[in-house]
Amino acid sequence: MLNKGGNRDTTRLLMDRSVPGRVGVVTPGLDVPAAPLPDAAYLRDDLPLPEVSEPEVVQYFTSLSQLNFSIDTHFYPLGSCTMKYNPKINDEIAFLPGFAGIHPQQPAEQSQGALELLYRLQDFLTEVTGMAATSLATLAGAHGELGGVLMMRAYHLARGDSGRTKMGIPDSAHGTNPASAAMAGFDVVTIPSDADGNTDLAALREIAGDDLAGVMITLPSTLGLFDTNILEVCQIVHDCGGLVYGDGANMNALLGRAKLGELGFDVCHLNLHKTFSTPHGGGGPGAGPVCCGENLAPYLAAPVVAVNDDGEYSLVEPEQSIGKISGFHGNFGVLVRAYTYIRTLGAAGLLSISGNAVLNANYIMESLKDIYELPYDRTCMHEVVFSADRQRERGVSGLEVAKRLLDYGFHAPTMYFPLIVHEALMIEPTESETKETLDAFIDALRIIDSEATTEPELVQHAPHTTPVSRLDEATAARRPVLRWEAAAD
Amino acid sequence: MVTNFQSHYIPNTIAEQDELLSAVGLSSVDDLFADIPDDYRNPPLRLPDPMSELEIQRELGAMAGRNRPLASGPSFLGAGSYYHFIPSIVKAVMTRGEFLTAYTPYQPEVSQGTLQVIFEFQTMISSLYGMEVANAGMYDGATSLAEAVLMACRVTRRQQVVVSDTVAPAYRQVIATYCQAQGVAIDIVPTADIGASVTEATAGVVAQYPNFYGGLDDLAGLAATAHDDGALLVVSADPLAMGMLKPPGGFGADIVTGEGQPIGIPPSFGGPYLGLFSCKQQYIRQMPSRLVGRTTDTQGRTGYVLTLQTREQHIRRERATSNICTNEALYALASTIYLAAMGRHGLRQVAELCYHKAHYAASAIAGLDGYSLPQSGEFFQEFVVGCPEAPAKVNRRLMERNILGGLDVSDRFENGMLLCVTEMNSREDIDLLVDALRAEK
Repeated sequence: MLNKGGNRDTTRLLMDRSVPGRVGVVTPGLDVPAAPLPDAAYLRDDLPLPEVSEPEVVQYFTSLSQLNFSIDTHFYPLGSCTMKYNPKINDEIAFLPGFAGIHPQQPAEQSQGALELLYRLQDFLTEVTGMAATSLATLAGAHGELGGVLMMRAYHLARGDSGRTKMGIPDSAHGTNPASAAMAGFDVVTIPSDADGNTDLAALREIAGDDLAGVMITLPSTLGLFDTNILEVCQIVHDCGGLVYGDGANMNALLGRAKLGELGFDVCHLNLHKTFSTPHGGGGPGAGPVCCGENLAPYLAAPVVAVNDDGEYSLVEPEQSIGKISGFHGNFGVLVRAYTYIRTLGAAGLLSISGNAVLNANYIMESLKDIYELPYDRTCMHEVVFSADRQRERGVSGLEVAKRLLDYGFHAPTMYFPLIVHEALMIEPTESETKETLDAFIDALRIIDSEATTEPELVQHAPHTTPVSRLDEATAARRPVLRWEAAAD
Repeated sequence: MVTNFQSHYIPNTIAEQDELLSAVGLSSVDDLFADIPDDYRNPPLRLPDPMSELEIQRELGAMAGRNRPLASGPSFLGAGSYYHFIPSIVKAVMTRGEFLTAYTPYQPEVSQGTLQVIFEFQTMISSLYGMEVANAGMYDGATSLAEAVLMACRVTRRQQVVVSDTVAPAYRQVIATYCQAQGVAIDIVPTADIGASVTEATAGVVAQYPNFYGGLDDLAGLAATAHDDGALLVVSADPLAMGMLKPPGGFGADIVTGEGQPIGIPPSFGGPYLGLFSCKQQYIRQMPSRLVGRTTDTQGRTGYVLTLQTREQHIRRERATSNICTNEALYALASTIYLAAMGRHGLRQVAELCYHKAHYAASAIAGLDGYSLPQSGEFFQEFVVGCPEAPAKVNRRLMERNILGGLDVSDRFENGMLLCVTEMNSREDIDLLVDALRAEK
């Protein structure tokens, strides 16, 4: 059979490409006398890595990259993920030798530029959230959540208030919220949403007591809505002695429009890989800084950057810190990108982000709500959540609608989340898309709705044009194959 | 409020905004935010004004210029972050937009590139560590080890771990942070005392290989000690050292984690790095983080998907094996490209270069008056030197000659300095260090 594309074809894995004697890197010679090797008990006899030349490595990985959808190649309206344009200058700055080439433990006098950048970023994020202090040590959104809820725990324990074992979490929350609360030792209590998609205040009052450590609220919610009960939510929680955590995943909607600290939140995290445009990289790295009010500042994860009267920056551990939560000082390369982004855009740019992100989402909502069910018909924030219930009646599920979008060259929206919306399709366009792209996407969703009537099987079996079709996930999970194995002869 | 600033990252012009606004039946952008209570809407935002890219390059370039890059002079600092050679193809390939700007591969039909890379990564990491399976990666070496401790507790249904005091101090602190609300007791003991500390209540024995001070502990002995009482052996291992050293899996380790930074990731002031995580097959359903598995599509073609997701937070919520979601996929890609390029011979050669150069440096320094090597036994690329005076002073004077010295470990060894020598240090660099130290005494 013809091997289409030769070695550029991606079918064969690296170990199958390996040819004894091929070399991918020429290493320098040894310029010191060789020392005796350690006792053989410490040495390995085989190292099962491939032997491939440099051109093959570049060709293989480049061909693999072309199997992906990405922001640079496709509109990526994945709700709750804020897939906006990732500016190239941010990468260039992060790769400067003065940033990428410095060691985390070199003396502070040799890293003043890096420390100053971190200090200023702490200030920027504190200002954006209306809080009092920020730690940059947490490495992703969920990691920030863990840091934040551990701080809530430490705060209560420091006051001798050891009976607060419960964490209230809305039914629309990301899965990381309950998982983080559980890692911090809390029992999770679910808070329902009311008919308008806001927090159900009556339900909240029922759990508000002296055993409630606090609540974790995403604002705007994962329904893409600004919770108009938010002031009452904070009041009820504070009245019972609890604290309010803010999941900042959706901060793209609120930049310059409202500050969590002023609304009554005590602590929150931000996802720099969402709101502040650092690249997702196919699943990270992210960064999840934690910002908090005066009451929780002593508990922030270590280290934070401080400045002395002479203008010298240093890493310090907050007084009653929950401790170190990562190996060094946070995902510095990500923090450099976010700093560069904020510095580039300034206050006016951040306002333009939230304004245009929300405007684009509302435009999509208005343009499609006649044919896709809109469970909450209100002005939305940065994302809109539809239900594919009307298409379902014609035998086409939300998942199938989403998969069919791939054939039209658009990445799928987030599907079946939040859990409280049946057949949910969560669409987040972001501010960095053109009206032309939004219109084309709207057209595609209208066409797919017609196809659900005229050719439902076309939608049901989508996608048809992608490198692979629907994959058998059940078998993958039942008989897991998680690594390459040599073919049996 | 209508925003009049036209950013180069935001296509909509004022005219287009007006067009979109009329389509949604509103007259101003501010109307979109009417749900925010009046008193809280449009607070002052005290941030600097926007800047052009040219100004950004100048300002950030100047900030970067106030740091001392490792490449600017001989550097002998390791201690958890290592200065190694990275082939140019790593950055060239990983910064392709198709990899860099993709999300987590939740839509496998349009994410086969990322998924197949992770499958290759899982294969190579499990091979390096001599383990059966590896996951798609964690945040960093410290958090990976902390998650391994929690996993050992889940597997054994026990709540106590014994940690060697030669595990990196930062790693021990992160373990304590992760365990603070889990009721896990942590005993930190000298490696020699681990045997006496393990009981039938012990979930895991935790060691580092090579250990934080550079030495090679007896993993076979620790495995036997742990297994005798039904505990797991958890090891954090340097992946680059695995180019020559027998991997922890070969000694019977049950969970092997590590910091992926040495294999293709720049030091970058401590992050982003890459947590490595591998274990025996029997424990896969207790693993944290993403796993990629091989399967077939509806036409019988091979493809890859995220699998065993019922362990994870987006399905299992508060009963998940971990809260981890976003990990460090881009750096798993970097490490995969690095390992592909180095290959079976290149990785061994680099590991041996580090080994020989470190031993050359150690024996030269040991021959200097006033300096000593307080540890005996095998080591890889790091070793402790006893200095004639406080290491901070020695380091300051080394820096006068533009030499970055080692980490101050005088809390454990009298006037101790932890030095690291890698393939990046030429013989000339090492001789300069030795001359400078000689001049110090």
